[in-house]
Amino acid sequence: MAAIAETAIAEEPTRSQGVWSAAWRRLRQDRIGVFCLGVVVAFMVMILLATVGAIAGGWQLEKGVPYAHPTFLGERENVEAKSVDLAAPKGPPVDISDIDPLAPKYDEWKKRAKEIQVSSPPRSETLPFGADRWGRDVLAKSIKGAQISIFVGVFAAVMATCIGTVLGATAGYFGGRAGDFLEWVYNVFTAIPNILLIFAFAAVVGRGIDTVIVILGLTGWTGIYRLVRAEYIKHSSREYVRAAQAIGASHAARMFVHILPNVSHVILVQLSLLVVAFIKSEVILSFLGLGVPIEMVSWGTMLAEAQTELVIGKWWQLASATLFMAVFLTAFSLLTDALRDALDPKLR
Amino acid sequence: MVPTLAGVILLVFFLFKFFGGDPAEILAGQVATQEQIDSIRRQLGLDQPWWVQLWIFVKQILSFDFGKSWMTNEQVSNIFASRLPASLTVMVPILVLEVCLAIPLAMLVAYYRGTLVDRSIVIVCVLGMSISFLVYIIVGQYLFAFRLGWFPVQGWSDSFWKNLTTYAPLPIILATMVSLAPQTRLYRTFFLDEIGHDYVRTARAKGLDEKRILFTHVLRNALIPILTYVALLLPGIFAGAFLIEIFFSIPGLGREIYLAVNRSDYPVIQAVTIYLAALTMIINLATDVLYKFVDPRVVLK
Repeated sequence: MAAIAETAIAEEPTRSQGVWSAAWRRLRQDRIGVFCLGVVVAFMVMILLATVGAIAGGWQLEKGVPYAHPTFLGERENVEAKSVDLAAPKGPPVDISDIDPLAPKYDEWKKRAKEIQVSSPPRSETLPFGADRWGRDVLAKSIKGAQISIFVGVFAAVMATCIGTVLGATAGYFGGRAGDFLEWVYNVFTAIPNILLIFAFAAVVGRGIDTVIVILGLTGWTGIYRLVRAEYIKHSSREYVRAAQAIGASHAARMFVHILPNVSHVILVQLSLLVVAFIKSEVILSFLGLGVPIEMVSWGTMLAEAQTELVIGKWWQLASATLFMAVFLTAFSLLTDALRDALDPKLR
Repeated sequence: MVPTLAGVILLVFFLFKFFGGDPAEILAGQVATQEQIDSIRRQLGLDQPWWVQLWIFVKQILSFDFGKSWMTNEQVSNIFASRLPASLTVMVPILVLEVCLAIPLAMLVAYYRGTLVDRSIVIVCVLGMSISFLVYIIVGQYLFAFRLGWFPVQGWSDSFWKNLTTYAPLPIILATMVSLAPQTRLYRTFFLDEIGHDYVRTARAKGLDEKRILFTHVLRNALIPILTYVALLLPGIFAGAFLIEIFFSIPGLGREIYLAVNRSDYPVIQAVTIYLAALTMIINLATDVLYKFVDPRVVLK
């Protein structure tokens, strides 16, 4: 008897696994999930480096000749880069200095022009991923574009999640008048087709990164609201919440300290679904000129440039932006799937 | 339904009232004297307090008279009448095709659940969904229309038949291909849900063959969530494929809204938003009624 009691006591300190560590354990067993996590982390490191300027800082520099070919294509003839020379007039120059009213000033201008140092760095014929119309490095643009697109997607998703969670928690927890009012707001926002809602918001606010985030955040919170509300209705009458009430926890404490951790896995999965959706939306908005301003680059503005480039056979900017986007979004989507499986073992 | 519609009207009104630019200044253009702006303001009733303006707005909506577009001077009601057919010519075939293709495909994938076929199709679907819609349109238009010349690059005519046979096929094919991946993935989960139920096991125990189980038993039950999803898509067909319309210059409603956003043409945006919201609600109501026919367990309140 004594031996049994001792082992029981000895086992007690090993606490039961928390929901997060259990989920992590399940996620690690999913090979695809782990691989996708690696890809996403690699992208995040790349974005971080791009933000501090370690890589792709000079994406605006004209490093190559216009439409420089990708390196693996070799130095094929680049017609567009040489067209400048072809346009030069043929035949001997005609002397018109007698009738040219500006002729006396030419010498003075030449002298002045000499005083200004113009350094034109040597432009390379090929770049790893080619160059765009102005000779900017497509690889650097893709990295910088990844930074902006993912930044917008993540922040808009965080904003939508915050709005949806707070409203959903309020509606689900309190119910009654507040719940009815929020249900009404929800119905209003879902009655309007999503794209129209985005357009209506885009029509009244200006253009820019911050407005894209605000538009996507303000229009995209409805799905999360619905789920969080349902969870809060379920949880608010459970014993542990009543116990919290009995020891004097305030409404806010019960909502966000006691219930929130128990529904956070739902929110996390929804957040990552929103990130994917919002990156796609940002790309489309930027493509239409309703998104990021001209002096910035995102995957959407790259695609907008690529559309005209493709007609003259310059496909690398399109391919590069598509490749970056496809790799990131596929990894992120599959990671979300793995995350959902890991967090909710009942579902499968 | 009425409170929701009232909410939509309020949302649109206050959105444009407080965040939008001054309509009088937009209308008057870059060079305008203060007098001109003031007179426009009087005409539009902008010198009135906001509740009077709201009342004017509500009267416009209820009388279906939104006045004229600011930029093209076209009657807003006329815009609806002339743009909607073009949108529907493209969108109805897309919706029918994608649902009819996705259901058998999803059934096939669900049948092979857990095998390599299933896993690889799911991954291909995710990969397909990760590439932007834009890329499919750009490449498709370039390849099939510009390079191979199988279809016209863009265009539209007055005859419905010519539109449907000449100009619409490429947009329809592209849009269907793009939406096939997400729909297959979604319907697969619906089918898997049903296959896990007890009645399927009972049917198997009775000795029914898989084909009969899948087509008679599972399909009928899985159609209920599918119907819900299609009902969600339905309102989208009126403004849905605005990207398709922009790329192929199809004079549809979606393209009109996009142009209106770029021109700050408030009456068009407001009218389209409110009427499409109303239409959405009517469709949702119709779907609820339809449920009763599909699923006799549903009781309408």
